[in-house]
Amino acid sequence: MAQRKPFRWHVGVFLAPALLVYTAIMIVPLIGTLNLSLFNLDQGNRVFVGLANFATLFGDPRWSGAFWNALGNNAWFFLVHMLVQNPIGILLAALLSSPRLRMAAFYRTAIFIPTILSFVVVGFVWKLILSPIWGIAPGMLDAVGLKSLFAPWLGREGSALTTLALVSVWQFVGIPMMLIYAALLSIPDEVIEAAEMDGVTGWSQFRKIKLPLILPAIGIISILTFVGNFNAFDLIYVSQGALAGPNFATDILGTFLYRTFFGFQLQLGDPHMGATIATAMFGIILVGVCIYLFTIQTRLRRYQF
Amino acid sequence: MSTARHSTARSIAAHGVLILYTMIALFPVFVIVVNSFKSRRAIFADPLALPTPATFDLVGYRTVLQQGDFLLYFQNSMIVTLGSLFFVLLFGAMAAFALSEYRFRGNALMGLYLALGIMIPIRLGTVAILQMMVASGLVNTLMALVLVYTAQGLPLAVFILSEFMRGVSDDLKNAGRIDGLSEYTIFFRLVLPLVRPAMATVAVFTMIPIWNDLWFPLILAPSEATKTITLGSQVFIGQFVTNWNAVLAALGLAIVPVLVMYLIFSRQLIRGITAGAVK
Repeated sequence: MAQRKPFRWHVGVFLAPALLVYTAIMIVPLIGTLNLSLFNLDQGNRVFVGLANFATLFGDPRWSGAFWNALGNNAWFFLVHMLVQNPIGILLAALLSSPRLRMAAFYRTAIFIPTILSFVVVGFVWKLILSPIWGIAPGMLDAVGLKSLFAPWLGREGSALTTLALVSVWQFVGIPMMLIYAALLSIPDEVIEAAEMDGVTGWSQFRKIKLPLILPAIGIISILTFVGNFNAFDLIYVSQGALAGPNFATDILGTFLYRTFFGFQLQLGDPHMGATIATAMFGIILVGVCIYLFTIQTRLRRYQF
Repeated sequence: MSTARHSTARSIAAHGVLILYTMIALFPVFVIVVNSFKSRRAIFADPLALPTPATFDLVGYRTVLQQGDFLLYFQNSMIVTLGSLFFVLLFGAMAAFALSEYRFRGNALMGLYLALGIMIPIRLGTVAILQMMVASGLVNTLMALVLVYTAQGLPLAVFILSEFMRGVSDDLKNAGRIDGLSEYTIFFRLVLPLVRPAMATVAVFTMIPIWNDLWFPLILAPSEATKTITLGSQVFIGQFVTNWNAVLAALGLAIVPVLVMYLIFSRQLIRGITAGAVK
């Protein structure tokens, strides 16, 4: 066919609305934020300062302490999710997908319910349960004779962040569970039957046959957890306020960004430093995603049936 | 025989673990709902007891309905969630159809560009979004929220839906073309009805974060007339922090709508997920 096809208008019509909204509301502001981080105010005028804002953020004692604290807390927050949320999610999914399990639909629906609740509900209900005043948690520990273990976990610098991370794990464990469950269901019966014929059952069947097959799904979950955690804000804000107390022990990048941009108490909001923090977060997420895409994902083996 | 007994023991253990975790998952919801129907004294006396005729009290709900304008907040949340959902599904499905059906120059690149938003959270653009909304006078309107949530939901919607649309039989579409249907008719009449489970999956994944979002309502639309229920209950709880009846009732009211929506969609959700969204 030497003749060129006529321009297909419908392709443009199908693509245009999504492309327009996405570009205007997401991509342009994102670029705007990156751009804003390169400027600062000098005697009331906006001047280009290059990377000076980043130097301030990473090196100036007034900023860097808070930044590295938030980054460290965020890394710990992520680590708790990887070590607690994802193994529990895999365990639950493995149990749910066992054949002839009764009430599987009920368990699946019930365990996913915390995920649909808003952070306002989750943050506040755990605050109530863990509160020494109301006494549900101390009362329950008392019932099993462990009352001495109780402490106001959310109020202590040493334990507040871990407690909140575990609350967040409680809330989101449904997501890895659902995705791993779907991946386990997609393993063909023939593969499992062949394993059973060879006498590979139970735990060794899971470890040797199923686990390699669901590794790509685990990879996706890890990266979703990473992006979600380094973007977290709501749970901390709802339960500990924008100051992320006690004494900034639960401050993560999201709350740090919010405080910097909008100000708090006596400190005024600073859009330029806010944009600088947002850009730093953007960089961290980008580096994490790239590490995943180029080193981990390429080594995962995919099997097609 | 021994294997049969073995598998019974195994199944009991599986049920045990699942029941234990289900209790952990539902316990806080149970605590809120039960205590929101009790009198103040009963809440403190025995937080885990079910309400009895002696302790049953609706004072919390009365306070909430008198003090906060929860009906308005609820309506705002509905408008924002359903509006964004409509645009995400419509625009997302259209773009997904274009990407999966037609081969044109830049197709893969376009797919990649649209998928970028899955990895990079829209929140990082907040600074510039706020400036843009201020400049266009959209601050404190529900329109601002609908726009932001539409942009936020589109990447995942396009990604999931185009995976599914690749699975719609070409023969069917070509039969439609031979019968003289336009590309638009093929999309709306043939393809859309076939990807309904995928649309439900996308709907759940889009709807829940929108309904529960605190960040954008707090920043873009904090005025009394445009508060969503999530922001409204957050503010209400902040003000009534010592009135436990009211707080628990507000939490109860915030849980119910999203729970109902989830139970409606949950059957479709698992079908959609298992049909290939993560393969």
